[in-house]
Amino acid sequence: MLEVQGLQKSFGGVRAVRDVSLRVAGGELLALIGPNGAGKSTCFNMLNGQLRPDAGTVRLDGRDITGLPPRVIWRLGVGRTFQITATFGSLSVLENVQMALLSHARRLFGLWRPVAAEDPAPALALLDRVGMAAQAARPCGVLAYGDLKRVELAIALANAPRLLLMDEPTAGMAPAERVALMALTATIARQSGIAVLFTEHDMDVVFTHADRLLVLDRGAMLAEGRPDEVRADPRVREVYLGSSH
Amino acid sequence: MSHLLVQGLSGLASAASLFLVAAGLTVIFGVTRIVNFAHGSLYMLGAYLAYSLVTWLPRGHFPFWGGVVLAALLTGVIGVVVEVLVLRRIYKAPELFQLLATFGVVLVVQDLALAVWGPQDLLGPRAPGLRGAVDVLGERFPLYDLVLIGIGGVVLLLLWLLFQRTRFGVLVRAATADREMVGALGVNQRWLFTGVFFLGSALAGLGGALQVPRESVNLNMDLAIISEAFVVVVVGGLGSLPGAALAALLIGQLQAFGILVFPRITLVLVFLVMAVVLVVRPYGLLGKRPGGHAASVTLPEPPLAGLTGRGRAVVALALVLCVVLPPFLGDYALVVLSELAIAVLFAASLHFIMGPGGMASFGHAAYFGAGAYAAALLVKHAAAPMEVGLLAAPFAAGLVGLLFGFFCVRLSGVYSAMLTLAFAQIAWSTAFQWVEVTGGDNGILGVWPSAWAVPKLAYAYLSLALCLGGTWLLRRVIFAPMGYALRAQRDSALRAEAIGIDAFKVRWLAFALAAAFAGLAGALFAFGKGSVFPTTMAIPRSVDALLMVLLGGVQTLIGPVIGALAYTGLHEQLVRVTELWRAALGAIIIALVLFFPRGLAGFRRA
Amino acid sequence: MLTVDGLHAHYGRAHILDGVSLTVEPGEVHVLLGRNGAGKSTTMKAIMGLVPPSAGRVTFLGQAIAGRAPFEIARAGLGYVPEDRRIFAELTVEENLECGRQKPRDGQRPWSVERVCELFPSLAAMRRRPGGRMSGGEQQMLTIGRTLMGNPRLILLDEPSEGLAPVIVERMAAAILALKAEGLSVLLSEQNLSFAYAVSDRASIIEKGVVRWGGTMAALMTDEAARRAYLSV
Repeated sequence: MLEVQGLQKSFGGVRAVRDVSLRVAGGELLALIGPNGAGKSTCFNMLNGQLRPDAGTVRLDGRDITGLPPRVIWRLGVGRTFQITATFGSLSVLENVQMALLSHARRLFGLWRPVAAEDPAPALALLDRVGMAAQAARPCGVLAYGDLKRVELAIALANAPRLLLMDEPTAGMAPAERVALMALTATIARQSGIAVLFTEHDMDVVFTHADRLLVLDRGAMLAEGRPDEVRADPRVREVYLGSSH
Repeated sequence: MSHLLVQGLSGLASAASLFLVAAGLTVIFGVTRIVNFAHGSLYMLGAYLAYSLVTWLPRGHFPFWGGVVLAALLTGVIGVVVEVLVLRRIYKAPELFQLLATFGVVLVVQDLALAVWGPQDLLGPRAPGLRGAVDVLGERFPLYDLVLIGIGGVVLLLLWLLFQRTRFGVLVRAATADREMVGALGVNQRWLFTGVFFLGSALAGLGGALQVPRESVNLNMDLAIISEAFVVVVVGGLGSLPGAALAALLIGQLQAFGILVFPRITLVLVFLVMAVVLVVRPYGLLGKRPGGHAASVTLPEPPLAGLTGRGRAVVALALVLCVVLPPFLGDYALVVLSELAIAVLFAASLHFIMGPGGMASFGHAAYFGAGAYAAALLVKHAAAPMEVGLLAAPFAAGLVGLLFGFFCVRLSGVYSAMLTLAFAQIAWSTAFQWVEVTGGDNGILGVWPSAWAVPKLAYAYLSLALCLGGTWLLRRVIFAPMGYALRAQRDSALRAEAIGIDAFKVRWLAFALAAAFAGLAGALFAFGKGSVFPTTMAIPRSVDALLMVLLGGVQTLIGPVIGALAYTGLHEQLVRVTELWRAALGAIIIALVLFFPRGLAGFRRA
Repeated sequence: MLTVDGLHAHYGRAHILDGVSLTVEPGEVHVLLGRNGAGKSTTMKAIMGLVPPSAGRVTFLGQAIAGRAPFEIARAGLGYVPEDRRIFAELTVEENLECGRQKPRDGQRPWSVERVCELFPSLAAMRRRPGGRMSGGEQQMLTIGRTLMGNPRLILLDEPSEGLAPVIVERMAAAILALKAEGLSVLLSEQNLSFAYAVSDRASIIEKGVVRWGGTMAALMTDEAARRAYLSV
C-alpha cells in the first residue's frame, strides 16, 4: 500500500531524516517510535505532503506521490489525524464530516443549495463507526478532547482512504480513552483493509496495537520488526526503551 | 544634472518628514502590535500645537525651535493619555477592534482640532533665518528643506543611539521580538508600552511641528499623512526602524522623481510600489514574520442556524414595513431609506469576507467605488441607461476584486489589511488623477437613474429590492457549501488542506463575490446621488464599512445588518443634533470597543 | 520555598494540568520528570504565569503568586528559563543579558555580565555576537545567564539538556551544581534521567498532568517499579 524509499531531509545543515525506508500493507498498523527529535514528525510531514523531501520517494499503491501538496495527497486516498486536533470549531460534528464528503464529491464551490439540505445519512454512518453519532449536532468547538479525536477519525475516513496517517493519535487523552481509540482504529483498519501509520509515545498503545514497529534515532532507522523483536533489540533498549520494557 | 540633484534633495526632505512620522508608527507597532490609525492625528496635533506656540511666543531662533520641541513633547503626552485611557485596555482584543478604537480617536481629535483652531487653513511663520534658498549648482533650493534633511539625519542618529545604547532601547528591541519573554524576565510591559507611546507620539508631533514653516496647517493633515506613513512602515517592514528609514528614502525619492517621469500617476506609483513589495516580500523590506508568541483570544463561533420562529417573524415584519411604509415617507426619509439599504448591502459584502472568511479588508471602498465608477462611466461615455449600469457594476467590481484579491488573500492579518488598503488607494488615485476619463476631483456628474426610477419613492423601492436581494443572496451562499468551505478554512487551515479544500481558491472566489456585491451597492449609491467622486472609494468609506461590520459583530449573520442600520442611523442623528458629531461618533466607537468587544449583535447573544 | 498546590491548566480544549502539587525546598535542586507531553513545561509556564492557571495555588516565599502577571512573579524572585530558549536573536549577548537585569536583592551577590561569563566562560569571547548566531549550547548558556541577571532566588529550568551534545550537557550539570552551591534553588524539568540524577536532590514524576511519584533522587534510583511505570517511554 505505502512504500517509502530512502527519504532524506535536512534543515540548515542538520540532517533531520536520513535514509528512511518503510512499507505498510493494507490492514496493517505500523508504529513509528523514537526519542524526541529522532525525526518522526519530519518523516510524517514528508509523507503527508507538508514537507518536500530532499531525496527519496513516497509511493501509494505504486503511484509516486512525493512532494505533492497535502490536499492532492488526500484526494489520492490518504486520511490524517493531527497531534493537536484540528477540526472546524464553528461547524457541528455532522457538518465537519459533511465537509469532507462534499470535498470528496468536489462540490465545495456550490453557491445555492444549502448544506442543510444534504442527506445526513453518509456522514451519520461514519460518525456511527467512531461512536459519535449521538453528538452529531454539537459544535466541534465544545467537544471533549477524546471526542474530537474520534471526530477526526471519522473525517479521515470520509474519503474511503487507503492509508491513515495518525500523528500521536492518543496524545492528551485519558488512558482508558487511548486504548479504546486505538482498538477502534485497529478494528476499522482491518475491516476495510486500510494501512495505518502512526507515531506514538505511549508504549502500552504501541505494543498492544501495532503490528510492526519502526524505531528512529537521530534521523536514521535503528530497528524494524514485530513488537517482540523490537522489544528484545539491545540497541533499542539502550537509546530508547531503557531497561524496563 | 543640477536639476536632478535638486529633485533628489527635495526627495530627501520629504523622506525626512516621512521618516519622523513612520518611525514613531513602526516603533509603536513593534512593541504593542497595534496599528495606530491615530498616529496621523498626533502628527496633525503636533502641527497645530507648534503653530499656536510659535505664533504666541516672541520671534527669534530660540522661541521658534523651543516651540517646535515643546509641541513634540506635548504631543507625546497626549499620546500617553490615549494609551492609558484607551489602548491599554484593549491590548488583548482582536487587531481590527484595536484599529477601530484608534479610528475613534481620529474622529475625536478631528473635532477637537476643529473646535480649538477652526476650519480655516492656518499659515504659520517661516523659521527665523531660514526663509531663503541656497544655490545648488545654479538651482535654488529652500534652506529650510536642507535643515529638515539635517534634522531627519540627526533624529535617525539619536534614535539609533537610543535603541543601541540605552536599556530602554534594548528592552524595546527585545519586546519587539518577544514581548512575553521580556515580561517573564521581570520587565513591566505597561511601563514599556507607555514609554514607547510617548516616544512614538512625540516623533509624530515633531514631524507635524516641522511642517508648520512649509505648508498651512489644516484638518486634512491626519488622513493624508497616515496613509503615506502606513506605506512607509509596511514597505520597510512593520516594527523595523531601519526599514522605516530605508522605505522613507525610497518613497521620498520615488515621489520626487516620479513627478518627472510619470507626472500623471505619482499617487498610484507609491501604492503600486507598496503592493509590489508586499507581493514579493510579504513582511516588507526588512520585516520579519511575526512570532507566534502573542495570539489574541477569540471565542469559538456557534454553528450556523437558520431563522426560527421569532427571527422569521421579525424579518417578515421588516420586509412588510419595507413594502408598506415608503409611500407614507417624505422625500428626505426616502433618500435616507435608500442609503440605509445601500449601507446594509455594503456591510453585508464586507462581512462575507471578514466573518465567514476570516479575512480583513481595509479597502472595501475600492469595490464600492469600482461599481459606482463603472456605472457612471457607462452612462457618461456610452450613454447607457441605468439598468445597464446596475447590471455591469457588479461584474466590473467583481473583476477588480479578482485582480486585487489574487494578491490580498495570500496574506493574513495586518499585512493583508495593509495590502487591501494599498490596492484601494491605487483605485482611488486612479480616479483622482486620470482626469480625462474620471474627471478627477470634479467627478462625474449627471449620473441619473432612468425616468421611471427618478421619483424618490421608485428609487427607494429599487434600492430596497436590489440591496435586500443581494444581502439575501450572500446569506444563501453562506449556507451553501461555498460558505461552509469559507468558514472551514478560517477555523483550521490545516484541517481544510487535509480534506482537500483549496483555501486560496475559496478565499479568492469569496473576495471577488464580496467585491461584486459591494459594486452593486456602489452603483446604486452613484445613481442615488447623480454623481461620482473619488471620495466614493477613499479611506473613510472603507472605514465606514469596517465600523458597520464590527459594530454589528463579526460572528453573527444579522450583525452587518444591525451594524449598518445602527451606524448609518447614528451618523444621521449625530450630524443633526451636534456640530461635534465626529467627536461624539468617535467617543461612541471607543466606548463600544471598550465595553462590547464582540459587537452589538454579539453582545445580545452573550 | 515554592509550593504548588492542585494546579490546573488548559491549552485550548486539552486539559494539560490536572492538579499538580509539589514543593521545592530552599537550596535544593528538584527535578520534574515525565514523558513528553506529560505536563512538565506547562507546569513551569503556569507557575510563571505565562499560562494562566485555571485553578490551584502557587506560593513563593510566603506570597500567593498564582494569577499574577509574569513580570511581578519574576520580580518576586522567580527566574524562568524556557525550553525553546527564546533568545532575542538580533540582540547581542550583552544586550540579551541586559534584558534580564533587575535590582540586586539583599543578602545575595548580584549577578553581572562578568559573573555570567565566569559561570559560562565560552560566552566571554562572544559578548558582541548576536544571539541568533550562536550554537544551541551557547544559546542555552545565554538563556540561563539572562535569567540569572534578574538575581532570582529560584529558577525554573525547562529541559536544559535537550538537543545538546554530551560535553555541553556535562557543562550544564556543572553549572547547575555551582548555582546550587551558591544557595540558589532550582526546579528542573528533564527527560534525561542520568542528567537529572547527576544534579538533583529530589524528584517528582508527572504523568498526564498529575504528580504520580515524589521522593529523593536516591529513592527513585532504587525504585525500579516507579521508573518502569512512569518513565520508560
